[in-house]
Amino acid sequence: MSTDTLTAEPPREKLTKKAITADHPTWCPGCGDFAVLACYYKVLEKRQIEHEKIVTLAGIGCSSRFPYFVNGHGAHFIHGRAVPLASGISLARPDLHVFLFGGDGDGFSIGGNHLDHGARKNINMTYVIMDNFVYGLTKKQTSPTSPIGFKSKTDPQGAIDQPVNAMKKLVASGATFVARTHASQVNHMIQMIERAMDHPGFSVIECLSECVEFFPGAFDNANPRKGGAFEVIEEKKYDNTPEDEARHDVTDELAAYKLAQIPFPGVFGVFYQNDRPTKNALEKKWIDSTREKLGQPTDLALLQKTFDRMK
Amino acid sequence: MNPTPNLPENNPPAPASERADLRPESINDAVIRLAGNSQDGIQSAGAFLARLAGRSDQDVMTYMTIPATISGGPSIFQVRIGTGEVLSAGDEADFLVAFYQHSYQDHIDFLKEGGVLLYDSDNVEPNLDDKRFVYVGVPITGLTVEALGGTAKDKGKNIFVLGLISKIFQLDVEKMKKLIGEKFAGKDASIANTALMAFQAGYGYPVGKVLSHQYQFEHVAKKPGAPAQITMDGNQALAYGLIAGGVRYGAGYPITPWSSVMEILRSELPKYGGLFVQAEDELGAVSIALGFSYSGNLAITGSAGPGISLKTEAIGWASMAEIPLLIINVQRGGPSTGLPTNVEQSDLFQAIYGGHGDSPRVVLAAKTVEDCFYIAIEAARIARKYSTPVFILSDTSLATRIEAFDEPKLTELMQDPKPDLTPLDTHKPYALDKITRHAPPGTPIRDGKYPLISGLEHDEFGHPTGSPKLHMAMTAKRRNKLRQLAEEIPVPEVFGDAEGDTLLVGWGSTYGPIHDAVKRALEHGEKIGAIHLRHLHPLPNGLEKIFAKFKRIVVVEMNDQGVYGFGQLATILRARYCEPKIQSVTKTDGLTFRVREILEDVFQGRTFAEKKITKHAAHAPEHIDTAPENVDSVKEVVPQGVG
Repeated sequence: MSTDTLTAEPPREKLTKKAITADHPTWCPGCGDFAVLACYYKVLEKRQIEHEKIVTLAGIGCSSRFPYFVNGHGAHFIHGRAVPLASGISLARPDLHVFLFGGDGDGFSIGGNHLDHGARKNINMTYVIMDNFVYGLTKKQTSPTSPIGFKSKTDPQGAIDQPVNAMKKLVASGATFVARTHASQVNHMIQMIERAMDHPGFSVIECLSECVEFFPGAFDNANPRKGGAFEVIEEKKYDNTPEDEARHDVTDELAAYKLAQIPFPGVFGVFYQNDRPTKNALEKKWIDSTREKLGQPTDLALLQKTFDRMK
Repeated sequence: MNPTPNLPENNPPAPASERADLRPESINDAVIRLAGNSQDGIQSAGAFLARLAGRSDQDVMTYMTIPATISGGPSIFQVRIGTGEVLSAGDEADFLVAFYQHSYQDHIDFLKEGGVLLYDSDNVEPNLDDKRFVYVGVPITGLTVEALGGTAKDKGKNIFVLGLISKIFQLDVEKMKKLIGEKFAGKDASIANTALMAFQAGYGYPVGKVLSHQYQFEHVAKKPGAPAQITMDGNQALAYGLIAGGVRYGAGYPITPWSSVMEILRSELPKYGGLFVQAEDELGAVSIALGFSYSGNLAITGSAGPGISLKTEAIGWASMAEIPLLIINVQRGGPSTGLPTNVEQSDLFQAIYGGHGDSPRVVLAAKTVEDCFYIAIEAARIARKYSTPVFILSDTSLATRIEAFDEPKLTELMQDPKPDLTPLDTHKPYALDKITRHAPPGTPIRDGKYPLISGLEHDEFGHPTGSPKLHMAMTAKRRNKLRQLAEEIPVPEVFGDAEGDTLLVGWGSTYGPIHDAVKRALEHGEKIGAIHLRHLHPLPNGLEKIFAKFKRIVVVEMNDQGVYGFGQLATILRARYCEPKIQSVTKTDGLTFRVREILEDVFQGRTFAEKKITKHAAHAPEHIDTAPENVDSVKEVVPQGVG
C-alpha cells in the first residue's frame, strides 16, 4: 500500500537539536541515560532524518521515559512489549526509522520472550537497551542483569540468581547486529548507534548506563575517568597484515560468544553482525510475488472473486 | 420447528414406521444429522450439503460439535436445509446417519418420530423393535472399501454417504460433483477422482429397495434480481468482513476456535498488499497489532477467552492511548482452558470490563454467520471514527457452522484502507474538545510539535501529568466517546409482538433459537416479542421504551447465573435500567440452545397460556428483585444478596 503524501510542502528546514528536544528529562541528576539521549539527538541531527519519519518508542522503566524527551512521533507503551509494538510499525511502514529504547528489566525480564522472537524474525529496528543492572523506577530491586551478590530490596542478602549475559542472549536469539557500549563513552556510543541504524535488521545495543541512585559506581571499572579500562573490540580490517589475524570477525558467531565470556566489565563494540534477510524483506517478497501472480487486482475484484467461489 | 411432520409420504418395506405414510412428497425443511467420529470427514460431507443447498437458493444452517482431542472422538455435523428462513439448526433430526454403534446410541433420541435412521450395517445394530423410526441399513464401510479398490482403509465413507443422501433427497448431482471437484482443485487429480468414485458408489446404491420414496425439496423460484447465496462459516465471514472493512494488517496466536480467522487472514491479506503476523504469544500479538494501528493501518487481533485474558493489559493501553484496534473473541467454554470446543457466552464481562482502571471500549456481538461479515465492517468503522478499541464477540457455534446468506454488495461496502498522512498545521493527539484522531508517524506537523502517544495519564499533547483535573477530564473524554456512539446506534427492532407479556432479550449466536422460540410461542397464543442486541457496550439508547411495553423481560444467554442469579447481560441491563422485571435464563452445558429448551425455561413449570409472573410485575414494588418469586425463570433460585 502506498503511504506517500504527494502534497507540496515548503522546503525542509534543517533538523536541529532544538527541534527534536521536548520535555526536560525526569531522570535523576547524574543518570547515565542523559548521555544516551544526547547521543540520540546528535545522531538524528547529523543524519538529517526527515522529522516526521522518526519514531521513538519505549516500554516501561526509567529509561523508557525516553520518548517524552524527544519531539517527534513517539509512543510510550506497556512494560516489556515495546519490541512487538515496534515490529508492527516497522513491518507496515518501511518509510519510517524505528528506534526503541528501554532498560534491562523491560528487555531481558518481562520482555525477554519478545526480544528473542524480534531477534529471530530479524525485524528491522534499532533497539538501545540502557542496562543499569537494577530496577530504578521501582526503587532498587534485583534486575535480570544484577551481578551475584548485589544487595537490593528483594535480595537483602545479595543476589543469588545468575545474571543474563546480554551479548550471549542476543547472539543466540538471532539478532543480526549486536553491540555493547558505555554511557560515559559518548563517541563510541554515537558510532554504535549509527552503525545499528545503518544495519538492515534487528540491531541491538546494550549500553551500560549507571544508576547513580541505586547502583552507583556499577560501571566504574569500564570507565577510564574512574580508573577503569574501556577495552574496545578490534574488528578485522581485511588488510592482509599479521595483526589482522587476531582481530575480531563480526560475522563469526563463536568468536562473539568468546568475547561475551570475558568477565565483567568485558569488551565493547560490535560483537556480531550478519546480513540475514529481514522479515520485512521476506514478507514484502511474498506480498509482491502474490500480487504479481494475481495480476495486481483491485481489492474489490479480489474479494468479489472469493465470494464467487463461495456461491 | 414445524409442529407437523414434513417429510414426504412414504411406504417403505418393513421394518417401517406406521407414521411414515403421513409424509408429503415434497418437503420444505429437513434436519440431517451425521454422527460419526471426527476423523471420518463428516464435517466435509455436511459442508458439501450446506454448500449445495446455498447454491440451490435454499436457506441453510449447520450445527457442529467437535471433540477437543487431537484426532478421533465422537463428532456430529447437522445440516438443516429449508426453503424458507432457517434460523436455528433444529431441535430434532428428520434424518440421522449413524456410522457407529455409539453414534446410534447417542443420537437416536434426537431423531423425530417417523424419522429415518440411515446406519452403517457393518458397524451398527439398531433396536429394530423400536417402531418409532424408519430403518435403512447400508453396509457403508464395506461398500466404500470395495468402491475405492479394496484398500484396507475406510476413508471416503463420508463421500459415499453424501452420494446416498443425494439420491434420497434428489439433490442436484451435477452441482454436487462440481462442488467436489472444486474442493479438491489444485490437488493431485487422483484425490478428486477417488472422491467422485465414492460419491458415485453411494449415489448408485439401490437405496430404493429399502426406502421406497425419495424426497425432494420444494423448489423456490428465484426472484429476478435476487442476490446469489453465499455459503460460509462464521470465521470466514469475520475474516472477509474485515477485508471489506479495509483491515489489511493483524497479528494473532493460534487457539481454538479463533485460529481459522488468522489462517485465512495470513493467506489472504498479502493478496491485498497487507500482512498478518503469527506472533510468539498473545501479548506479542496484540502489541504487534497495536503497532500496525499506530502506524496508521487499523489492525485486528483476536483469540478465545484465555488469549484475551493475556491481551488485556495492552487493550487497556489502546483505550488510554486512544489507538483504534479490533479484537475478536471467538468465545468458548471457560474459565481457564475450560471447554475448548464447546460454546459459551461467558466473556461478555471480560470484553466490557476486562482490565484495570476505567478503560472504555466498544463491544459488539454478531448474531448470525451473515452478521459476522457485516459486524466486522461496522467495528472497523467505529474503531476509526472513535479511535478506540472495539471488541467483536463471536463464539464456537458461529465459528463452526455454515450458513447461506445473500451475497453482500461489495461495491458499496469496500473501505479504502490507506493510512491518512495528510500534513497538519498543528496537532493535539488528545484535544479535550473533540474526538481524538490519531496522526500516524509520517504525518508532518507544520508547527513542529509532534504527538506522543501515551499510556500514562497525559495532557492534550500526550505528555505525562498527575493533575487531578486532567485525569478527570481525560477519563471523561474517553468515556464520552462511547456516549456519543450510543446516540448513533439504532434501537433494535422488536420481533413478534411489539407489546405484551414477555420480551426475550438475546445477544450473539442465540439469535436463531430465540427467534424460533418466539415464533413457536406466538403460535401457542403467547403475547411475546424479542430484541437482539448487537451493540453491547455502549447499549443503544431507548431500550427502556421497549421494556416499558412488556410485563417481564427475560434475558436468554449461555453463561452462568452467577452468585446473584442473573446472567452477564441480565446483570448489566439490571444495573443500567434498575428494572426489577428483568429476569434471566442461563445455561452452561456447552451446547447451543434448543428452541424447546428456551421455551421451557422462559415459561417454567407452566403451560404457555399461564401468566402467573405478570401479577408480580404489574404491582412490582421497588427492588422486588430480591424476592425469589421474581426470579422464578431461573432453574435454581439463589437467595438474593442485594436490594
